[in-house]
Amino acid sequence: MMQYIPYNIPFIAVALLMGVALFIILFKRNLIKIIMGIAILGAGVNLFLVTLGYRAGGVAPIYTVAPEGVMVLPVPQALTLTNIVITVSVIALMLTMVMFTYRHMGDIDAKKSRLLRG
Amino acid sequence: MEYLTVHSPILIVAVPLLAAFITPLISRIGNKFRDTVNVSLLSFVTFLIVILTIDIYANGTRVYTLGASVPELALPENYMVPVRIMFQVDGISIFMGLTTTVVALAALVYSLQFVKNETGQDRFYSLFMLLYVGMIGLEFTGDMFNLFVFLEILSIAGAGLASYRVNMADAVEGGFKYIIISAVSALFVLFAIGILYSEYNLLSIAALAHSMQFTTLDLIALALLAIAFVMKLAGVPLHMWAPDTYAVAPAGITPMIYTSSAASMYALYRVTFTLYGGHFDTTAIGWVVIILGVLSMFIGVMMAIHQTDIKRLMAYHAISQSGYMLLGVGVGLAVLTDPVALANYGRDAMNGGIFHIINNALYKGMLFLTAEAIFFRIGTRDLNKMGGLGHNMKWTTIFFIIGALAISGIPPFNGFASKLLIYESVFRFNPLLSIIAMFVSLVTLASFTKVFYSAFTGPEMPAFKEVREVPRSMLIGMGIMVACIIFFSIFPGLVVDTIVAPATDALIDQASYINGVMGAVP
Repeated sequence: MMQYIPYNIPFIAVALLMGVALFIILFKRNLIKIIMGIAILGAGVNLFLVTLGYRAGGVAPIYTVAPEGVMVLPVPQALTLTNIVITVSVIALMLTMVMFTYRHMGDIDAKKSRLLRG
Repeated sequence: MEYLTVHSPILIVAVPLLAAFITPLISRIGNKFRDTVNVSLLSFVTFLIVILTIDIYANGTRVYTLGASVPELALPENYMVPVRIMFQVDGISIFMGLTTTVVALAALVYSLQFVKNETGQDRFYSLFMLLYVGMIGLEFTGDMFNLFVFLEILSIAGAGLASYRVNMADAVEGGFKYIIISAVSALFVLFAIGILYSEYNLLSIAALAHSMQFTTLDLIALALLAIAFVMKLAGVPLHMWAPDTYAVAPAGITPMIYTSSAASMYALYRVTFTLYGGHFDTTAIGWVVIILGVLSMFIGVMMAIHQTDIKRLMAYHAISQSGYMLLGVGVGLAVLTDPVALANYGRDAMNGGIFHIINNALYKGMLFLTAEAIFFRIGTRDLNKMGGLGHNMKWTTIFFIIGALAISGIPPFNGFASKLLIYESVFRFNPLLSIIAMFVSLVTLASFTKVFYSAFTGPEMPAFKEVREVPRSMLIGMGIMVACIIFFSIFPGLVVDTIVAPATDALIDQASYINGVMGAVP
């Protein structure tokens, strides 16, 4: 039992990050905080993907100069890279929208910016 | 011709992508030139879609593998699993592709005059093409990760377009809600893909379906995927973004975002039928889909009744109509493992649900366009301030009547054809569900009657004396949709037999989807 715990620490971190992120997205009203929630959610998913690909003592998956031994999985790293790029662009877009909301409403509290209701 | 057919899956994705990125360049030559290029490129894509449709209905699933010596070669030599990126187009994919393309063409033509006096037109058309690429890629892709990537393309482009009119505060708010929902659901999808990859070391949908074990982890992944896609398609517990976003998006974009929710619905069906189907008793998940559908139908229409904003009202109706699609296909899913019931009514229910997708994309999209045509001319979406518009906007009125009758399921329009299929077959599954569906249809009619009376009839109001009919390109855009609606209304049987039934078969027949890729594996 005990020897598995070090391997599971990243997964526990993933669960914590995603839980915190979902809490923030659902219950915070400040738009900037909601964006932070999305960023944390993205980070949680990235950590999950990288951890999946990790092999203890593995080397970088480059075939040309690979030393003996196991390699870490390359595909999850490619997925992570793509996701980092996408998350950055989503966050940039959201920040522009918050900027415009602030210009119109003078506030970034989701409670007060309720033009669309009912 | 043969060459075009073979390479059409990639061309259909690549050509609009090219259009998206050359738009800012070619608009330096002139706006008219840019519009011509965009419309002709999209027409070319429509032509490719038609070629591909004919080919798929004749020869079955088509696989296009990127980087392979022959595009059909899904498995590299000496490999047991597909490792390359591929598009896999079967009946339901091409059906959705056809729907998307018709709506996109109509919306693009409509937008030509609509955004003529706005700033940032180049970006509008770039994002429009990207939104189209996102939808079509989501429908054609053969692996889970590209599904995520195209979902994100669709979301980012859609959110950017929804808040295109940044001078209006509510537009920004609607776009922001859309991007939050999209970001969360896309990350859920990616998390689920991670879980699936950790178990099977595969990303291809067919290969995953082939080796699906249906463990607890798979169940968690299924739940995450289902939540994400229901969020994107605005099923009822997670529908709160849809009225806001649909109401504020510029005309031409609302039908596109609506169709993109239909694309998410396709993704939900793809996951439940193809990825998870055949390995377990789908009755439970079928009932979940049915309950979601009934809730969407009922709550959507109830929320629509008291709306005074015309687009918001229509947005709630859009949610309500999505319920019909979920109901029809959910019944099919619930009886998937029971061959007798499937042949008796399950297949018809699915035909109805899938037929409703294209019908609804057409008439709902058209109704959104008429609503925005009114907004274009009189500058308000408030029903209480409208009246007597039928005197001056004759074509818009006619189009609205056709759309309203079709959405309420009045014979002989196409909404009636698909709803009748759903009523009949669902009645044999569970009479109560069918009765709820009919009731919802009645309330829809009542609600659209209200819109018709308050917007179009009555004496000519002095404030709107100068209102003229909308410009020609907007009429053509609506006309494309009306032509399709009328065609579908006159020949519903033909349409069901030629394009809907193959789509249903493609969903039911999981084995042929898997064999399309894994055929060489013993």
